[in-house]
Amino acid sequence: MKAKRVSAVARKEFLHVLRDWRSLGIGIAIPLVMLFLFGYALTLDVDRVPLVVWDQSQTPASRTFIGGFSASRYFQLVGEAGGYGEIERAIEARRAVIALVVPVDFARGVASGRGSSVQAIIDGSDSNVASYALGYAEGVTRSYSNQVTLDSMRRGGLPQPAAGLDLEPRVWFNSDMESRNYIFPGLIAVVMMVIAALLTSLTVAREWEVGTMEQLIATPVTRGELILGKLIPYFCIGMLDLLLAILVGEFVFDIPMRGQLWLIFASCSVFLAGALSLGMLISIVTKSQFLSSQIALVATMLPAFLLSGFVFPIANMPYPIQLFTHVITARYFVTLLRGIYLKGLGLRLLVGEALFLLAFAALVLTLAHHKLRKKIE
Amino acid sequence: MNGANATTTGESPEAQVSLHELTRRFGDFTAVDRVTLDVARGEIFGFLGPNGAGKSTTIRMLCGILPPSSGSGTVAGYDIATQSEQIKNQIGYMSQKFSLYEELTVEENIDFYSGIYRIPAGKKAERKEWVIEMAGLAEQRGTRAQALSGGWKQRLALGCAVLHEPPIVFLDEPTSGVDPISRRSFWELIYRLSGEGVTIFVTTHYMEEAECCDRLGFIFGGELIALGTPAELKAGFPGQIVEIGCERPFELLQRVESLPGVKSSALFGAGLHLAVENAEQTIAAIGRELPDLDLRMERITPSLEDLFVSFMQAQGRAASS
Ligand SMILES: Nc1ncnc2c1ncn2[C@@H]1O[C@H](COP(=O)(O)OP(=O)(O)OP(=O)(O)O)[C@@H](O)[C@H]1O
Ligand SMILES: [Mg+2]
Repeated sequence: MKAKRVSAVARKEFLHVLRDWRSLGIGIAIPLVMLFLFGYALTLDVDRVPLVVWDQSQTPASRTFIGGFSASRYFQLVGEAGGYGEIERAIEARRAVIALVVPVDFARGVASGRGSSVQAIIDGSDSNVASYALGYAEGVTRSYSNQVTLDSMRRGGLPQPAAGLDLEPRVWFNSDMESRNYIFPGLIAVVMMVIAALLTSLTVAREWEVGTMEQLIATPVTRGELILGKLIPYFCIGMLDLLLAILVGEFVFDIPMRGQLWLIFASCSVFLAGALSLGMLISIVTKSQFLSSQIALVATMLPAFLLSGFVFPIANMPYPIQLFTHVITARYFVTLLRGIYLKGLGLRLLVGEALFLLAFAALVLTLAHHKLRKKIE
Repeated sequence: MNGANATTTGESPEAQVSLHELTRRFGDFTAVDRVTLDVARGEIFGFLGPNGAGKSTTIRMLCGILPPSSGSGTVAGYDIATQSEQIKNQIGYMSQKFSLYEELTVEENIDFYSGIYRIPAGKKAERKEWVIEMAGLAEQRGTRAQALSGGWKQRLALGCAVLHEPPIVFLDEPTSGVDPISRRSFWELIYRLSGEGVTIFVTTHYMEEAECCDRLGFIFGGELIALGTPAELKAGFPGQIVEIGCERPFELLQRVESLPGVKSSALFGAGLHLAVENAEQTIAAIGRELPDLDLRMERITPSLEDLFVSFMQAQGRAASS
């Protein structure tokens, strides 16, 4: 492995990318479009969420509480229910997305300062709407509770504990409800996977098609130098995409970044090495740009979207498919990125995922090296 | 038909390229059939043959990028079947299809190959200037390869192939589709390299280029059917050539083909060339048979083209009988 040759190949490949609008489009424009498109589609504002109420308390206090909901622009009171059966029917018929169950002792609990638990039943089948509805419901509840606290202080009573009331969510139909925050790191993973494989799927095939490969294999350049040199520019593009994605998350979608930045970049580089090598392998085997890009899309896009757990929770999939997701690399990266990004987890808790990505990258890279021939067959 | 300095064993120590019974099959089809030849150091060896004869296939095997099916060969002393990577350090190759990077500029293409061949930093600039000067590309340094005309492209490709000063250069139809003036300047470069001791193995379809080679090999249907210097080949031509100038050569072609003593015939410029056993007899016979036509007939010394036309027709007849 000679640095001079690797850098010659890398530099040449950089120039290709810079001068070929297709590569630039795939590398920079498409990821951004995907992030914005999906980011907005998945975080679309929700208002006038249909609400049913089962008011067991039937007191002025409970009516004031419910009034807070009807007054909010986020909710629309569509009916009263007299029991869980009615709530279930309303949600199943999609008349309501959220139901509130105000307990019998609501007024007493609030008045005494003991507090009370209001149950919120949410249709989780559209996890996005559900997460919003839940967020709004919490907001309305909090402001009611603050009002109660304020009122009692104004009446000269002793200051009451601030958390007079709490909302106890029950999510139906999708217990692993994903929130908007949950989706964004997954989205980064999916975009990276698709882009990475697509970018490199063109490189070797293009050289075979144009005829430059015949020239190249008649030189002393080694297979390793060729592969490494070709990976470097796309690796840089991938890293740039990650940086852009984090910035978009931070400044456009307000996604809290709790993890360590270096850890995100480190795990992403391992993931990228695997995804880029996969595209390279496909390119080497097919020797055709068209075929190669099609295969890369099918091999990465579908599994990454459907089976990575990025939108569809893996726990809800049929068991055989759950088993199958274990070989989808995007799944591990989605988990890894979520863990680091949202929970600020350290590597110790994610070592399994990281090792899998490392092993995958090593395997695919070895295969690509093995399949690349400096011969015309 | 072998020339005096053409050994057939393929073991000459001076030989830079040496083939012995080299064969390449694609499935049932034999593209190169037991080719044996040697090329000496500093020689310009021309490899001729019609389309599909097996020229490119042979060159690819010599460059170590296509494994032979059987037979053996060495390039710069290295075995083409087992030491192909060592060979790649010793050769420059210009494939038949233009194969530089179209989106890269002249300088960027040179820099790329300079890196690939690991030309030392101290020599890099000097070699680059040498190539640019040799190819006459000083004005086009920053031009993308795709914007160069055919002749410039070929010269740049040659420049990139010899950037690292390889002792052996393989050129596969380097001048196809290039105008005659550019072709001449390209051949001046080839002579210059040869003068520096570089061995050159070149394929071509142009007879005037064949005349420029030190030695020629003629391949047809995968088989090497003639080998020698241009002079030797012409001297060894069996029979004589009659040139006929006439108005409608194509009609005449059909009428003279069947005459006794005519071995092969071909359209040639504005007339016909006939390969015959005895020129005087044939001229007399045609004058008798076709008195109505006003023909200008004369015996000429055979050119390489006459030679190859008659080879091909003889092979074609042998194949069909
Ligand atoms: N990879 C391959 N697979 C199958 N057949 C091949 C392959 N490469 C070459 N051939 C066949 O081998 C024969 C010789 O091809 P080759 O390219 O060597 O001819 P050539 O003498 O270079 O012709 P041209 O003057 O047209 O370049 C042709 O019939 C060609 O179709
Ligand atoms: Mg050819």
